[in-house]
Amino acid sequence: MSQTGSEPATPQGDAERRRNVRVATICALTFFGMIGAAFGSVPAYRAFCQLTGFDGTPRRADTASSQVLDRTLTVRFDANVRGDLPWRFTAEQTSQDLKVGETKIAFFKVTNNSDKPVTARAVFNVVPSQAGRYFQKLQCFCFEDQTLQPGVTVDMPVLYYIDPEFAQDVNTRGKSEVTLSYTFFRSTEAAPEEAERPHTKG
Amino acid sequence: MAQAAAHDHDHGHDDHGHTPGFFTRWFLSTNHKDIGTLYLIFAIMAGIVGGALSGLIRWELAEPGIQVFTEGSWLAQIKIAGVSLIEPSKHGYNVVVTAHALIMIFFMVMPAMIGGFGNWFVPLMIGAPDMAFPRMNNISFWLLVAAWVLLCCSLFVDGGPGKGFGGGWTAYPPLSTSGHTGPAMDLAILSLHLAGASSILGSINFITTIFNMRAPGMTLHRMPLFVWSVLVTVFLLLLSLPVLAGAITMLLTDRNFNTHFFDAAGGGDPVMYQHLFWFFGHPEVYILILPGFGIISHIVSTFSRKPVFGYLAMAYAMVAIGFIGFVVWAHHMYTVGMPIELRAYFVAATMVIAVPTGVKVFSWIATMWGGSISFKTPMLWAIGFIFLFTVGGVTGVVLANAGIDYSLHDTYYVVAHFHYVLSLGAVFAIFAGFYYWYEKIWGVKYNEFLGALHFWITFVGVNLIFFPQHFLGLQGMPRRYVDFPDGFAYWNHVSSIGYAVTVAGVAVFMLVLIESAIRRRKAEANPWGEGATTLEWTLSSPPPFHQFNELPVVKPDVH
Repeated sequence: MSQTGSEPATPQGDAERRRNVRVATICALTFFGMIGAAFGSVPAYRAFCQLTGFDGTPRRADTASSQVLDRTLTVRFDANVRGDLPWRFTAEQTSQDLKVGETKIAFFKVTNNSDKPVTARAVFNVVPSQAGRYFQKLQCFCFEDQTLQPGVTVDMPVLYYIDPEFAQDVNTRGKSEVTLSYTFFRSTEAAPEEAERPHTKG
Repeated sequence: MAQAAAHDHDHGHDDHGHTPGFFTRWFLSTNHKDIGTLYLIFAIMAGIVGGALSGLIRWELAEPGIQVFTEGSWLAQIKIAGVSLIEPSKHGYNVVVTAHALIMIFFMVMPAMIGGFGNWFVPLMIGAPDMAFPRMNNISFWLLVAAWVLLCCSLFVDGGPGKGFGGGWTAYPPLSTSGHTGPAMDLAILSLHLAGASSILGSINFITTIFNMRAPGMTLHRMPLFVWSVLVTVFLLLLSLPVLAGAITMLLTDRNFNTHFFDAAGGGDPVMYQHLFWFFGHPEVYILILPGFGIISHIVSTFSRKPVFGYLAMAYAMVAIGFIGFVVWAHHMYTVGMPIELRAYFVAATMVIAVPTGVKVFSWIATMWGGSISFKTPMLWAIGFIFLFTVGGVTGVVLANAGIDYSLHDTYYVVAHFHYVLSLGAVFAIFAGFYYWYEKIWGVKYNEFLGALHFWITFVGVNLIFFPQHFLGLQGMPRRYVDFPDGFAYWNHVSSIGYAVTVAGVAVFMLVLIESAIRRRKAEANPWGEGATTLEWTLSSPPPFHQFNELPVVKPDVH
């Protein structure tokens, strides 16, 4: 990357070349630093979303809410299966009415329609996305991979509450409905015999 | 600004006339002026291809229904079992839109502004003999050619829904990952990698040149504004392009190597891509326009016969625009569902950009105020630029409001806005610079009447194209569709007529080139007189193959 001109290497020319190479090196380091920042932003963004519930990421809680408000919300449930996953996935209730802060349990029914054991993982999202940070889950089948034997049907629970802060936030306080959506994807760490799908998804 | 007290470099150095043979000179070039010329020719060629693609768009949209991208059209021939389908043809429209954008951004405006005028005039204006790394300069150019070849290949291979990639220049996943399974998108990504590498090497070269190779007395605060604008631009490139490179590399691995950066199945988030893309994309639009600001400052000052008003404010306004340009990216994605506080921040930050931009516009007007203005062709283009850029800037302030953007997002109003600032702003600046430095670059004079004719036809044409698109957008016509309801027919028709007028303008531009090539009127060293004060005018036209063997000494001017 350095200049290899044909002019004689005078002491002055050498000094100038050194200065040039120094500036160029700083620029190149900046370049690689920004590449690193771009890749580093992926885990940083994920951590940020989990920490703040940004972009509809529901949050994991350890204890139930200590406070229950006299305000009723409707939580709707949505269940999807993506791509070639041979599962049937439905919510056992289309919606639940609950008070803000009240802990409720909802059930989903999953059936493996194939003749092989299949491992999959549920990815979740909340609409409106600003409600994501108040949708607290105490227990959920989406926290880890689920493996279903051929033909088996399982009821999967989710234990959740809506954080009372929901009623304070300017983004959410007027809202009376929240939708929790799940999509089951074939697990990316699936067993080798399951990972026979093509590299590019179609 | 600084006054040049340069020696006469026309004669006295016997190696000036010594030029290498054709192949060595143009294919192995290490001379900044020759590389600049190569870039300019490349940009004109790419501009014609990109303009032809926009012709297909306007032809298709001239009336409701599908005219051009019909079943089995030669544009999008992909036949499944010998049967041609309409869907791949409609996809062909999106491919053309995408290619138009990528070509105009990466292969027309950037090569013309930075590679062409930057290479030509940054060393001349700071009194340097050449760029700091002449061979790297050559690599930059040929990497761009390789990138161009890859992009053209991508148009003709399978993309998935049809030939080519049709996901827009933004290439949002999942459309650019699971939505396009064919190799077209991979080729486009690699093309952007190469174009990015070319720009990064160019940036490093410019930064080093400007920091280390200024003539004695040429302090940063005496540097011509065009050099300032290129300096800010290349810093933006250096900081933003790696982010694009990272984002599209993640796309590439998501597509081919089973990573899940943007794939919800593996815990990724497609919105993350939008953040990364626009962290690059917003500085990119300033990269496209900032060198134009520099060019316009010189032209307005030259043809008003006055030093530019508020030199320091002009320089630091560009620095400020560059800084703020990095913290406003999410105004391109108000509709992804950001909380209101975040939208409020991005609205405010975006509007702040109007302040330094206003400083520039008012300073140009103040430069003209009380000046002895001559309306030569470059000045016509420069005034046209100021007018059109201001129109585009005003609609930009409108779009900066998240509330309004919710209804205007992805409509033709946005298309009209960014074409006013880029297609009209940046391109008018390029033409202004092209005529301003015509004699300096080519060594011959252009025909003043043809130049002015080119301006007026283009001015009428582009306004006819893009002004009606504001109406279409406000009525709710969305972008990136091959067809539209009958209600939008009238203004779309007007817009397409405007395209025909603009093509006539391009024809006049070709006439200008041909006429000057045939008549070959000998160029003057400084055709613009006392208003042209920068160092390039102290040299002959065209300048000697090697200039400033004896460095010019720059003294502060008295004003």
